[in-house]
Amino acid sequence: MYCGGAAIVFILSIFMEQTTARLFRSSLGKKYVMAVSGVILLLFVIGHLIGNLQIFAHPDLINSYAHFLQNMGPGLWAVRLILLTAVVAHIWAAVELTLENRRARPEDYREKDTIQASYASRTMRISGFIVLAFILFHLAHFTLQVVNPQYQELYTQLEDGTVVHDVHSMMVSGFQNIWISGFYLIAIGLLSVHLRHGFASMFQSIGLRNRKIAGPLEKTSLGLSILYFAGNAAIPVAILAGFVS
Amino acid sequence: MNLKLRVWRQKDRNAPGKLVEYEAGDIDPEMSFLEMLDVVNERLIGAGDEPIAFDHDCREGICGTCSATINGIPHGPERATTVCQLHMRHFKDGDILTIEPFRAKPFPVIRDLMVDRSAFDRIIESGGFVSVRTGSAPEANTLPIPKDAAETAMDAAACIGCGACVAACKNASAMLFVAAKSSQLNTLPQGKPEKDRRVLNMVAAMDEAGFGNCTNQYECSAVCPKTISEDFIAQLNREYLVASVKQSFAGK
Amino acid sequence: MKLDAKIPSGPLVDKWARYLSEIKLVNPANKRKYEIIVVGSGLGGAAAAATLGELGYHVKCFCYQDSPRRAHSISAQGGINAAKNYQNDGDSVYRLFHDTIKGGDFRAREANVYRLAEVSAEIIDQCTAQGVPFAREYGGHLANRSFGGAQVSRTFYARGQTGQQLLLGAYSALCRQIQAGTVTMFPRTEMLDLVVVDGHAKGIVVRDMVTGEISSHSADAVALATGGYANVYDLSTNARGCNVTAAFRAYKRGAAFANPCYTQIHPTCIPVSGDYQSKLTLMSESLRNDGRVWVPKRQGDNRPPQQIPEGERDYFLERKYPSYGNLAPRDISSRSAKEVCDEGRGVGPSGLGVYLDFSDAIDRLGLATIRERYGNLFEMYERITGEDAYKTPMRIYPALHYTMGGLWVDYNLMSNLPGLHVLGEANFSDHGANRLGASALMQGLADGYFILPYTIGAYLADLKEKRPSTEHPEFRKVEKEVEERTKKFLSINGKRSVQSIHKELGQLMWDKAGMARNEEGLKEAIAKIPVIREEFWKNVKVPGDGGEINQELEKAGRLADFLEFGELLCRDALDRNESCGGHFREEHQSEDGEALRNDEKYSYVSAWEFQGEDREPVLHKEPIVYEEVKMATRSYK
Repeated sequence: MYCGGAAIVFILSIFMEQTTARLFRSSLGKKYVMAVSGVILLLFVIGHLIGNLQIFAHPDLINSYAHFLQNMGPGLWAVRLILLTAVVAHIWAAVELTLENRRARPEDYREKDTIQASYASRTMRISGFIVLAFILFHLAHFTLQVVNPQYQELYTQLEDGTVVHDVHSMMVSGFQNIWISGFYLIAIGLLSVHLRHGFASMFQSIGLRNRKIAGPLEKTSLGLSILYFAGNAAIPVAILAGFVS
Repeated sequence: MNLKLRVWRQKDRNAPGKLVEYEAGDIDPEMSFLEMLDVVNERLIGAGDEPIAFDHDCREGICGTCSATINGIPHGPERATTVCQLHMRHFKDGDILTIEPFRAKPFPVIRDLMVDRSAFDRIIESGGFVSVRTGSAPEANTLPIPKDAAETAMDAAACIGCGACVAACKNASAMLFVAAKSSQLNTLPQGKPEKDRRVLNMVAAMDEAGFGNCTNQYECSAVCPKTISEDFIAQLNREYLVASVKQSFAGK
Repeated sequence: MKLDAKIPSGPLVDKWARYLSEIKLVNPANKRKYEIIVVGSGLGGAAAAATLGELGYHVKCFCYQDSPRRAHSISAQGGINAAKNYQNDGDSVYRLFHDTIKGGDFRAREANVYRLAEVSAEIIDQCTAQGVPFAREYGGHLANRSFGGAQVSRTFYARGQTGQQLLLGAYSALCRQIQAGTVTMFPRTEMLDLVVVDGHAKGIVVRDMVTGEISSHSADAVALATGGYANVYDLSTNARGCNVTAAFRAYKRGAAFANPCYTQIHPTCIPVSGDYQSKLTLMSESLRNDGRVWVPKRQGDNRPPQQIPEGERDYFLERKYPSYGNLAPRDISSRSAKEVCDEGRGVGPSGLGVYLDFSDAIDRLGLATIRERYGNLFEMYERITGEDAYKTPMRIYPALHYTMGGLWVDYNLMSNLPGLHVLGEANFSDHGANRLGASALMQGLADGYFILPYTIGAYLADLKEKRPSTEHPEFRKVEKEVEERTKKFLSINGKRSVQSIHKELGQLMWDKAGMARNEEGLKEAIAKIPVIREEFWKNVKVPGDGGEINQELEKAGRLADFLEFGELLCRDALDRNESCGGHFREEHQSEDGEALRNDEKYSYVSAWEFQGEDREPVLHKEPIVYEEVKMATRSYK
């Protein structure tokens, strides 16, 4: 209940000046921005993955799904706006926090060791950065279709006769390029590692973690990131192996 | 046993520092780490050199004065231990020990291994108290406090203010310190009336001092000599969120 | 010198109430015109500074630590006494008062102790309201534990960290006043001298331990809450920084030093493991509830403890004190341990230790019970010694722990120097010749929260003269003296480190004026200390310079005072030709080694007055008069 209530109040209070000031200036506020934008992006990537997994079914399924999305009109733009805001907020918070963190230790240790910090938690910046680079490429590649302009010409006809963009062929053709598939796999791997820490971390940042739930939470986080990776990796692997064509 | 030390030497706040090597020969494994430094210092004084300055006082792990990072870990390799309670038997003959001060912008090095941790005092001054005038307190048993609340408050209150949490954090965040104090007071009914003010003010003071941000790695809790739990950080995160929102809706 | 204790008239139980109703008050509007210096930020100092700040005075608080939160009060483990009678076991103010007087072996001042017992209950209220997490029962009410020297359960505690929690409470109150601007805090600042102007204490000279700057601060009154002097023995359970300098400088400026020979030894400390030892660690006495104390019967028996058969062990406490056995009082247990070690039967590498064996208790109660009762202490023991006390007996030895003596004060906590107030362990007034467990925290907070803030007002209300500026010639003079002394330390440039000389002094003090003292030994010490002192002033090496952080310089200044103070302690011990409390003169003991007091000749407070360098101090006596209590022999048979 706290969770739901907090989320509603949180969204409401974004519009209140005082809270906004605290949100965007205080260290904790930036962590909330990080966590909330992270949740939105996490929900998106999971939804995105589920959508993409339709590639394993008849091509019409994914093509009609894509057609539906593309014709949502204002709805599409609303979702895009929310996602864009979340990405910008996530990156903004990351940059702000990183700069502050750098300033907080101007002279570093000559020798530094850690006791328990996980690999994922120590690589959030680099994994986030590479994932961002990938997202830009990914958008250019499949959404804007400027990398391979010929994708714009791919059309197909559904069973009911509707002519739609042939997303299925676009994906198959895209992932048949070993370099693109390779980049994709690396990026997905890093994103999974990013989620590995990010998922559990969100709970802590908004105050919903404690040591009692830490174990299950960590397991869920690990399971989620593995599933996410496996699901995403399945697509290029299947295409390269010729299971999907 | 014979050890090689690489010790951070820095004359004062503004001077540049560097690691200087010393041989620490014939060290008794029963010595505490600070006693080992005492012995090295006695030899340095004997040789006409300046001894290594380090903070220490009670030498029984409770005052929180001693502070050094040994081979990259604040207070050294043993868990739940301050440097003064760390004994040389945990090291091996021939070990090379790199000894540095706690490092963070709000903890400027003032000489060798000594740092200025007054930023912690400023955080407590901003709200780490219950406003009760001497003599105005009600009879202590008029306010029963559930045993588990008292125990949780005590878990948080065990913080010795040594700053190892900041030193261990890759971002030099003071969240564990701040959370321990705010959670102690906010868990108890005596502290409730000032709960929101307390977290808002203490976090503001923490930010102003220039500490970094929590990145949920829990290194702080892992090095903490009193093993203060990161659960208190979650409590602070929650209380700060609620306090921020409540304050926005409170008007004025 | 006239020692007037200024005890209010009237019956004992009414004295404090009457005093409070008749006391002169300072007009609230005038309070902010007064400046008060508080030196020390432990329980007494922090509580006083916070409360005085709340009242509206301008307070300057000084401590040598990097933060006021680190004062040595923080190390107290056991608890704090208060006459709440929450256990319904018949406790009362009178009973706490009487136990404290008796525990002090009838050498404490009646009216002060009664007042201490009276305000004890208020301390618990105050600390609870501050958020001190005292232990609680399931019903949510405060829990109590029993402590030595009392038949009631009146000790409040916060795990084994009571001192820490009470200090953090006082520190938080202090921080609140710092934020409010009524208190200015000077951490890492050491008081090096007292400034007396026209017979009144009017300020102090301090050294900034970071920049080395020596400066003066003037005030309308000065309060010293600077702790005890156990480190004159070098090894003690005190923090390394604890020192006598503030109190001793005040003594040299005319304040009387009372009962310096009253020192307390704690029987259950972890023994010295080598000559590099810097600190002795105390372990709760509760261990003696289940542990049995023994040494081998034969001298020089080096076999591991498990290999020594039952018949070759000497359970000396059980043998000598059949009814109290291992629970014999602190001083008696400590002396017995020393005796067997002096006979060459001590255990451990140094031969200075006795076994505290839990094997019988583990057999009887099971490992789980012992772990539950003492787990944290066993862990601490293992951390320090590397030994597992579940498998092999612990080794313990007595160590210096607390000092009952201190600057002489009257009922107002003011020394014979007008304006100079002294609180907590730094004064002499409440514990007589021996302090009961859990009473030190009580006294520090009583003085700081509930006594000084009232009594200092009485002094200020009568004050005619405004405080002088620090430009006053007296300030200039003292500042110059301090500077010269500092330069002197740095210029000796001898061969020996401060610590090596401190160790020499400490060893001598421990041997001759430690647990057991005698005329011959004390005379020997009085003859030897000046020799060590001379060695110090000729041959000490203090590297570095004065205008920077210089820990050797700090230590040198403190040792220089200990080197004079040690002699004073021995003189007092020599003068007190009786055994009482923590002061045990071997010449005065009963057949079974109990202390024999001599009330006829020695029921007085010894107050020593400084006469000048290299001149013997003069002893003044404040008679101890009991109106309520009858003196009796302490018996623990």
